[in-house]
Amino acid sequence: MIVVYHLKDSNKISSGEVTPEAVYFNRRTFIRAGILAASAVATGVAYRHLNRVGHGKVNTATIQGVITRPVAAADTNEFRVTDKETSLQDITHYNNFYEFSTDKEGVAPASANFDTKGWQVAVGGLVQRPKVFDLDALLKISPPEERIYRMRCVEAWSMVIPWVGFSLSKLLDVVEPLSSAKYVTFQTLLDPRRMPGQRSSVLNWPYVEGLRIDEAMHPLTILASGLYGRALPPQDGAPIRLVVPWKYGFKGIKSIVKISLVDSQPRTTWNEYAPDEYGFYANVNPHVDHPRWSQVTEQRIGEFGRRRTLMFNGYEEQVGHLYTGMDLRKDF
Amino acid sequence: MKEADIRFIKLLILVNGAVPLALLVWDQAHNRLGANPQNFLILTTGMMTLIFLMLTMAVTPLRKITGLNWLIQFRRMLGLCAFFYGCLHFLCFFSLDREFSISSTLSEMVKRKYLIVGCTALLVMVPLAVTSTNGMIRRLGGKRWRALHRLAYVAAIAGVVHYYMQVKADVRQPLVFAAVLAVLLGYRLVNDWRQRKPMPAPATPTLSKP
Repeated sequence: MIVVYHLKDSNKISSGEVTPEAVYFNRRTFIRAGILAASAVATGVAYRHLNRVGHGKVNTATIQGVITRPVAAADTNEFRVTDKETSLQDITHYNNFYEFSTDKEGVAPASANFDTKGWQVAVGGLVQRPKVFDLDALLKISPPEERIYRMRCVEAWSMVIPWVGFSLSKLLDVVEPLSSAKYVTFQTLLDPRRMPGQRSSVLNWPYVEGLRIDEAMHPLTILASGLYGRALPPQDGAPIRLVVPWKYGFKGIKSIVKISLVDSQPRTTWNEYAPDEYGFYANVNPHVDHPRWSQVTEQRIGEFGRRRTLMFNGYEEQVGHLYTGMDLRKDF
Repeated sequence: MKEADIRFIKLLILVNGAVPLALLVWDQAHNRLGANPQNFLILTTGMMTLIFLMLTMAVTPLRKITGLNWLIQFRRMLGLCAFFYGCLHFLCFFSLDREFSISSTLSEMVKRKYLIVGCTALLVMVPLAVTSTNGMIRRLGGKRWRALHRLAYVAAIAGVVHYYMQVKADVRQPLVFAAVLAVLLGYRLVNDWRQRKPMPAPATPTLSKP
């Protein structure tokens, strides 16, 4: 680069021969600005890579004929709470579903191509009429109802979700439990090819959960096949999952392939992983802390401040009687 | 090294250290921190603290391996970035999780071991940040300054342990940090064993001209 530079007092060397100081510094400044900008971009890209935030659309089929009013005349059953519903975007992009990813923002992309064709649910154990249901047949057991439930995660965040489903009791009535059946167990699909998270041993696969039979028969306990009037997207447990609104979210086992009635308390995945942190009952209870965090308050997704957590997640009137005489600090 | 070059290195770290914060603020303003922005802020600032701590601790091994002594100029600014994000991390927890309640913050800390460990990491960084100026290095003298700044190891170890303790089940990410930290500390041990010195000694940074 040759720049003609006129020095006022120069009489020793001709001005064209030396790179003038100003140009030298300009070039330096230019290179430094380049390094600064390039490194800042690289840092920004690295940051974006480490801290991804999920976004996407839900295109699952609309469920026909959803009953949007309470089935029972009285509204005291809390089938439809009046809290503001969490957005579809948040419900479908903030998921705990370790079968796909342990990153809550990463479940939606990791499960996007999950194929549920030919899905069957085997219902058996201590029942009069064991049966393997095709999904369609299972969903015909009872008309789909909209149930707007609070969902409280054990991690101290919560949502309000308009599920589509029907009471689990309707299914149990079909298979007719024997009097010796005291508990119901549930099992998620085990298929590491379709559920890549199962390739790592973060949890003991397949995911299993369980309820006491009176909990399973309670009208609030539902099998959900949809939300916001659409079929469940994979990240929320397609094609069929359990929802027990007065318990922590991990009790709501997803992508169920097996339901079995048994006579003794079954093992459950999180309880087995850390018995001191996750109880079999896992009823929402602000008085019993998780050993590593308080359960007194919760972050409702979509709100700024925190809310106080309600006993049994606000369903105490409906389910409190199931636990009379029990020490909920011991049986947490 | 020229004064102008040292100034440039400082600016370089300052600008890059500010990038994650700028993106956090930008994303927050555009509602792009995901479904749980409160949690995202707490986690991300914590993560940044650990990353800057690791970078700080990587300076000395890099300098010794490459023989590029000017690399030492990066260390102070990287350490200060770590401290800055650590403070931000605590502030996010205090404001968003504890809603500015001092009593509930204290009672939580007493109950949760991982919070005590995290607090230790942050508190240990306070004297390091305070004595990071040229004047303080001169006042303390190289030997005492170096001894004090070994606390950086405590901060880094406590920081990684704090992260490991609060993860629910998937400990892979904390283990990555633990592995990096093990390499960085291991290098020092091996290096010092070779030189038959009893304790690892971080170098005193070159003082810029007064």
